Amino acid sequence: MAKVKKGTWVEIQQVVLTPEQRAQSLPDDTKKVPYLLRASGFLLEDAELGQETSIQTIIGRTLSGKLIKVNPSYSHSFGNTIPELLTIGTEYEK
Amino acid sequence: MTDRDISYSAVIARKNEIMKQSMGLDFDEFIQSPIAFDYERMMRETGYTMDEIIRIQRETKVGNTSLLELHNLTEAVRKISAPGKGAMILVKDEAANASGSFKARRASISAFEAQKKGYKGMIAATSGNYGAAVASQAAQRGLKCIVIQEIYDSRGVGQPEIVEKSRACEAYGAEVLKLTVGPELFYMQLRTLEETGFFNASLYTPFAVRGVESLGYEIGEQVKARYGKAPEVVAITHAGGGNVTGTARGLLQAGCGSTKVVACSVDLSGLHMASDHDFNRKSFTTGHTGFGIPFATWPDRVDVPRNAARSLRYMDEYHVVSQGEVFYITELLTKIEGMERGPAGNTSLTAAVAMARQMSRDEIIVVQETEYTGAGKHHNSQLSFARDNGIEVRRGDPKDNVPGKTIVIPERLDQVAGREQDIDRLRRSYLTNAANVLPASKWSEIDIAFLAADIKKTPAWVRENKPE
Repeated sequence: MAKVKKGTWVEIQQVVLTPEQRAQSLPDDTKKVPYLLRASGFLLEDAELGQETSIQTIIGRTLSGKLIKVNPSYSHSFGNTIPELLTIGTEYEK
Repeated sequence: MTDRDISYSAVIARKNEIMKQSMGLDFDEFIQSPIAFDYERMMRETGYTMDEIIRIQRETKVGNTSLLELHNLTEAVRKISAPGKGAMILVKDEAANASGSFKARRASISAFEAQKKGYKGMIAATSGNYGAAVASQAAQRGLKCIVIQEIYDSRGVGQPEIVEKSRACEAYGAEVLKLTVGPELFYMQLRTLEETGFFNASLYTPFAVRGVESLGYEIGEQVKARYGKAPEVVAITHAGGGNVTGTARGLLQAGCGSTKVVACSVDLSGLHMASDHDFNRKSFTTGHTGFGIPFATWPDRVDVPRNAARSLRYMDEYHVVSQGEVFYITELLTKIEGMERGPAGNTSLTAAVAMARQMSRDEIIVVQETEYTGAGKHHNSQLSFARDNGIEVRRGDPKDNVPGKTIVIPERLDQVAGREQDIDRLRRSYLTNAANVLPASKWSEIDIAFLAADIKKTPAWVRENKPE
């Protein structure tokens, strides 16, 4: 796999707490899964996806974790049109 | 601080020490018993007058927002109301604040305080508009900012509204720590405060709540100047309690003691807030009963030793509305008032529509906030995400809404009804929670006086209703 170059904007993931280390009195479904952190920053060394590495965040802090994404982006949208909304407040519903 | 034990229990055990360092505020000065504390003194000793709060907020593009008459919506309500009924509905366009919501008020005084005390940055743990507000205020005051957000379920899927809120924080230059579902957010907040030495821009400090007071104050002043009287009702979307508390306190300072303060939340009963599975079955990420009820009935469950946001101290009524009703009103506001705004403010607008029908035409009801909308936050995004997650979306009678299963969008305006809650039940639930902290048999006169003020009742009522 090609190395991701130092200085690239990436996202890492870190296990903050394993299921055993988590808080008491969680619902059963939450108790079974680890507590995970994701954060973005500039890669501090050449690394491969999936590798443990470090980043420098936008405010200059160093965080470490597994490299999971190169150039993380937002793709949330307005979703698919909901036909049920279209006619509200129009002549179709006078 | 890398030599310190960062296990869950060790960090939580250092809570008080971390809190003191991260705010420069010693709560011990105000605490009178395990329950009681001198609330008014704590609020007063923030040291800011209303004029100073307003001046500080003007420096960072906060406040002085428009109070708009919703003529067409008011007319539509009058058409379905009994003769003589249908109050004028006004809305305070808080989306005009820097960062797009009233939360800029809540962050502004903390940012000023952090800068004044020489902190290098500030930290907030929130999945709401507050993150963007803290990031925007920090940016303007040359402070670094970290926002700690619960954003994903264990599959890495994020609610579109929360993803958008995360994007906004990064847009304003904040580092965002994106976490999976769980109450350990508080642990992460403490750990990060300790690591960085940054200011704790908690939602629940006196600075945060005092920042909201200008909102109620402006409403009081604007309504009195334009209509020559105080508004009859102010409807406030309620989650953690700061919006209700700050607005109500501001109204009192504007001489609007007769104004009825009505808290409003979206009904999400039955969904567990800490459940990985339920996380993405909510079509509202705030302003809902999952926060509104626990925070009303026990405010001191937060990230500071004593919460400055105490909603039962100020609310006169509590109304809930269904998700479908809010989506209907959001669409109607867009189509007939020409205003596209986000879901949080439209929660209280929905309750206000139902209340306006019961009020006289010469009365005034103020919806005290709007918020920005856009990709992710838009009601179409929310409904599309819900549908993709197997939630039924249809038109019909909103009584058939089942949180997490069915969203029923009303077919007509007269189906938008909301439901007033039994507020005395909430007050009794508060007393039960207080008794879990200190058994009722041990309550002193100071405790009883505090509890009475904290639920807007008399000491006699507290004695009559105290748990066995």
